[in-house]
Amino acid sequence: MANAKELRKQIGSIKNTQKITSAMEMVAASKMRKAQERMARGRPYSDQIRDVIGHVANASPEYRHQFMIEREVKRIGYIVVTTDKGLCGGLNVNLLKATVKDIKKWVEEGVEVDLCLIGNKGVQFFRNYGGNVLAASSHISETPAISDLIGSIKVMLDAFEEGRVDKIFLSNNVFVNTMTQRPTISQLVPLDATEEGKSGYRWDYIYEPDARQLIEGLITRFLESQVYQAVVENVACEQAAKMIAMKSATDNAGDLIDELELIMNNARQAAITQELSEIVGGAAAV
Amino acid sequence: MAATVLCSIVSAEVEIFSGQVEMVVASGTIGELGILPGHTPLLSGVKPGPVRLILEGGEEELFFASGGYIEVQPTSITILADTALRADDLDEAAALAAQNKAEQELADQKSDVDFARVSSDLQEQAAMLRTIRKYREGKA
Repeated sequence: MANAKELRKQIGSIKNTQKITSAMEMVAASKMRKAQERMARGRPYSDQIRDVIGHVANASPEYRHQFMIEREVKRIGYIVVTTDKGLCGGLNVNLLKATVKDIKKWVEEGVEVDLCLIGNKGVQFFRNYGGNVLAASSHISETPAISDLIGSIKVMLDAFEEGRVDKIFLSNNVFVNTMTQRPTISQLVPLDATEEGKSGYRWDYIYEPDARQLIEGLITRFLESQVYQAVVENVACEQAAKMIAMKSATDNAGDLIDELELIMNNARQAAITQELSEIVGGAAAV
Repeated sequence: MAATVLCSIVSAEVEIFSGQVEMVVASGTIGELGILPGHTPLLSGVKPGPVRLILEGGEEELFFASGGYIEVQPTSITILADTALRADDLDEAAALAAQNKAEQELADQKSDVDFARVSSDLQEQAAMLRTIRKYREGKA
């Protein structure tokens, strides 16, 4: 039977861990609310602009921006948005797994892959996994500014403009609800036409004042808003996943404590019983 | 009943309006635009200024957009504004103060100001004030 003193020590240390995890759970819960709000506020814009861009890609404009032209794919780029810190369950693992699966599919077709990483976890992962990293930025704050992100994204977009990369994907977690975060990989450039518009008939916008200027401005805004939304969404995902992970850690610690306390009480009771029977045995022998 | 079209006004921070409207009046880069349902596809920049929606049943609602883009499809109108406000929320005093400050900065040639930024500020504030006045007229 285990030593009671040892057991007590073990229980004490688990209780300390439990205190920490439950504090982290509460911190994550309050941060999540703010992050979720921020995400919800930005969503309509990024969804609408994606629709508009989808329409633009469907149209047969007089001016075609190079981001609208499909090329033969020899090399592709991924922008992977991960969290900076761990302790958030399977969030990053699931995303990286999905990304690697997608990358492998392209590699099998003989396409080379470049990476642009946002978030520390992705940087660490691809350091081990290998892969050609064009740009990396980590330690993005919980309230990211577009200017923080644009630097590393620009490297990728420049690569596209210079023809070094023929397709760019954005890989990030999408916040479904507190329990579910879905890893999603979406094509950023060349612009993806919406399904409904692939009907084939040709139409075009009236542009005021000038197609080139308008489309360029729209595309810049589109890319910025997509990447920004991806990062904001990732922050919300991180806090939600962290809250769940910490909640289950707290619950598990509680279970462990119950179990150990039972063992400890058993041991104590056995010791008392033994002592009693020894005394009774001794008295009988006299 | 008059024909309607789905219109949404979104800014980078928030969705400000989404619903069926009979007509949209906005200030495009090269002039006022009045858009009715079934309009041919149109893509235009938006200047800082009022955006007037005529809702189902003829009621009017006034917004302020500080620039952005408008996309028109026969069945939908989308205004992607940089920032947008309901006319109710506009603060005349604040707009006036900002306008005065911008004017002062412009007048004070010695100070090291970014001319383009200040003059676009000024334009925006003037447009905001225009919107407020229009809103008052509509109410009176």
